Amino acid sequence: MAKKTIEQEKSKTKFWNDPKVRAIFFQILAIGAVAAFFLYIINNALTNMEQRGITTGFGFLEDPAGFGIIQTLIPYDETYSYGRTFFVGLLNTILVSIMGIFLATILGFAIGIARLSQNWLIAKVASTYIEIFRNLPLLLQIFFWYFAVLRVLPSPRNSLSMGEAVFFNVRGLYIPAPITESAFIAVWIALAIAIIIVIGMYRYEHKLQKETGKTFPLFLPSVGIVIGLPLIVFFLAGSPMTWEYPELRGFNFTGGITIIPELMALLVALTIYTAAFIAEVVRSGIEAIPRGQSEAANALGLTNGQRLRLIIIPQAMRVIIPPLTNQYLNLTKNSSLATAIGYPDLVSVFAGTTLNQTGQAVEIIFMTMAVYLTLSLTTSALMNWYNKRIALVER
Amino acid sequence: MSEFKPLPDLPPPPNTVGAIGWLRTNLFSNWLNTILTLIAIYYIGQAIFWFVDWGIINASFSGSTKDDCPLNAEGEKLGACWVFINARFDQFIYGFYPDSEIWRINLMLGIFTLCIAGLVIEGTPKKNWLAVFTLFIFPIIAFYLLHGGRFGLDTVDTHKWGGFTLTLVLAVVGIVASLPIGILLALGRRSEMPIIRSISIVYIEFWRGVPLITVLFMASVMLPLFMTAGTETDKLARALIGIIMFQSAYMAEVVRGGLQAIPKGQYEAAQALGLSYWKMMGLIVLPQALKLMIPGIVNTFIALFKDTSLVLIIGLFDLLAIMQSAITDPNWPRVSVEGYLFVAFMFWAFCFGMSRYSQALERKLNTSYR
Repeated sequence: MAKKTIEQEKSKTKFWNDPKVRAIFFQILAIGAVAAFFLYIINNALTNMEQRGITTGFGFLEDPAGFGIIQTLIPYDETYSYGRTFFVGLLNTILVSIMGIFLATILGFAIGIARLSQNWLIAKVASTYIEIFRNLPLLLQIFFWYFAVLRVLPSPRNSLSMGEAVFFNVRGLYIPAPITESAFIAVWIALAIAIIIVIGMYRYEHKLQKETGKTFPLFLPSVGIVIGLPLIVFFLAGSPMTWEYPELRGFNFTGGITIIPELMALLVALTIYTAAFIAEVVRSGIEAIPRGQSEAANALGLTNGQRLRLIIIPQAMRVIIPPLTNQYLNLTKNSSLATAIGYPDLVSVFAGTTLNQTGQAVEIIFMTMAVYLTLSLTTSALMNWYNKRIALVER
Repeated sequence: MSEFKPLPDLPPPPNTVGAIGWLRTNLFSNWLNTILTLIAIYYIGQAIFWFVDWGIINASFSGSTKDDCPLNAEGEKLGACWVFINARFDQFIYGFYPDSEIWRINLMLGIFTLCIAGLVIEGTPKKNWLAVFTLFIFPIIAFYLLHGGRFGLDTVDTHKWGGFTLTLVLAVVGIVASLPIGILLALGRRSEMPIIRSISIVYIEFWRGVPLITVLFMASVMLPLFMTAGTETDKLARALIGIIMFQSAYMAEVVRGGLQAIPKGQYEAAQALGLSYWKMMGLIVLPQALKLMIPGIVNTFIALFKDTSLVLIIGLFDLLAIMQSAITDPNWPRVSVEGYLFVAFMFWAFCFGMSRYSQALERKLNTSYR
């Protein structure tokens, strides 16, 4: 009887008031709207491109580029194709990102730890650094280093030098380049063997500690092996490496490694800017560890080093790593500001020069965005996986 | 029998209290700290000495041309040439806006300052109405004041807008317009309808995954292709569309954070009262969530405020771009450091002020929930 009443009740509800029907209706509407929007812009784009005589498709990637690039990590000159400029730009972006991530991590950790120093002055200096550089536009910092610092350096003839080996002038920083002979491969092999030995030592120590509770010193011996073994092989093989020094020929330096001022300015600005954010990440990560953890470690009789290495750092890293990765991603995306000072990164070379020459905006912007998007999505997928793996297992 | 009289307490050792005690514990607690302190004092002293010497003692403040900045025997400037900032100040703030119309910008900035002050200061009466005015009515007033073309005001084309005014316009319009889109996207992302949710997620993750520069490039070269043939769009409008699309994705994540902080019981209570979805969101959830989101919104605003400087790449003249062209002016040689310091000061003062405000707000909101 009661059942029937409910059914009667149900039938009273108009079908357009049923949440399920409504949900389907709204979703169809949404798909329709999105599809209509895309149809509209694609249609417009096709008509517009036809009117302006812009070719479509990815055929342009085969055409010769015809412009030079000031810094290339792979062989490149004007005769190479536009497709090649894409990879040149991509590699330059990767270069500045990796170098920036490396330097910003070191500086950021140093400042983050200094921020928590018991020394009042050091802590204040660190927090002033953070507050200043975090609150200035990155582009302004890049301009400052490039136009106000590096562009006013002396000309190559009057360059600042360090003992006839390192030269610094308006054209860039010149450092000696190592030239290795074929026997140098033995040194690489020695390094690989040293690393395998060290990994073995760590495994053995871990096993020994689990079984007997005994430990033995590891850090200094492993540093000794990693540096010492390749060094011994290096001298045994008869020092198979020489230095090529930069030399002033005419108006410019030749030989050695040149670091162009665009790269330097971008690198310095990215490092300083991102380090300010990393420092905050590190500080909050360390502060997130309850005091009781340190006290418990002390009560167990751990030494200061053991307390940091076994208790504090592993827990702090759990908090630090996700936002840290985010900062790395930001640094990589921010490296696209290179285009403002002419460092030949992906955006500057490909979405800049190549786009201007071919006019194929849609394909080029699409490819450029796809690169950054792939990077972001891969990183966040990895982060989600990492977060799941290290998440605290609670009751 | 004599009564027991305790001796008066001894004062604490002089090296543990007062200025000396503070110095000992905070600066010279051990030899390592002492060395660090001395090194830091040396470098800070040097930096301050250099800055005072360059920026104040030897600097020139008054005048109107480069000849008012004295040179030494080698033809280098003695100190900072603040005359440059002084002489070009109007351009840095108002861009190329006609001189006779600058009162319009000033009036707009005046109303804006009053609105913000009213919103920030505690205990302003009718704060909700003020917020509605700032978000909905003020933008219309500001548009007609800046652009003109109605009410007897002359039209000032957007290509004459520039300087700090343009920076503010980009940042404020970017935030105000992206807030409603962000709210919709965040609701979409938390919705139970799979298609709506997927559309929102794709939109948010796409814009968050690409750098702003590529978005601006896209807005400047691709948008004209997407419009119906023949429609002309202004450069500023295109930049704004790009910024709004980009910013609304970030805003959506801030809003999502706010929505997640609202306890489930609030949703359930609203449903139990028989409220519809939009009534539940509009009357119960969003009013509570928006309050929690303010610090996050301020932080996004700071990020956007700094990022507006990128519009220089697509040829708009914001504060940094105007400075960049001013320091390459041959009439003013070697003033780049002064110029960049001025721009840095403007940006820093605003960003630092806002970040302090958002931190204070965060602390205030935190206590009320514990």
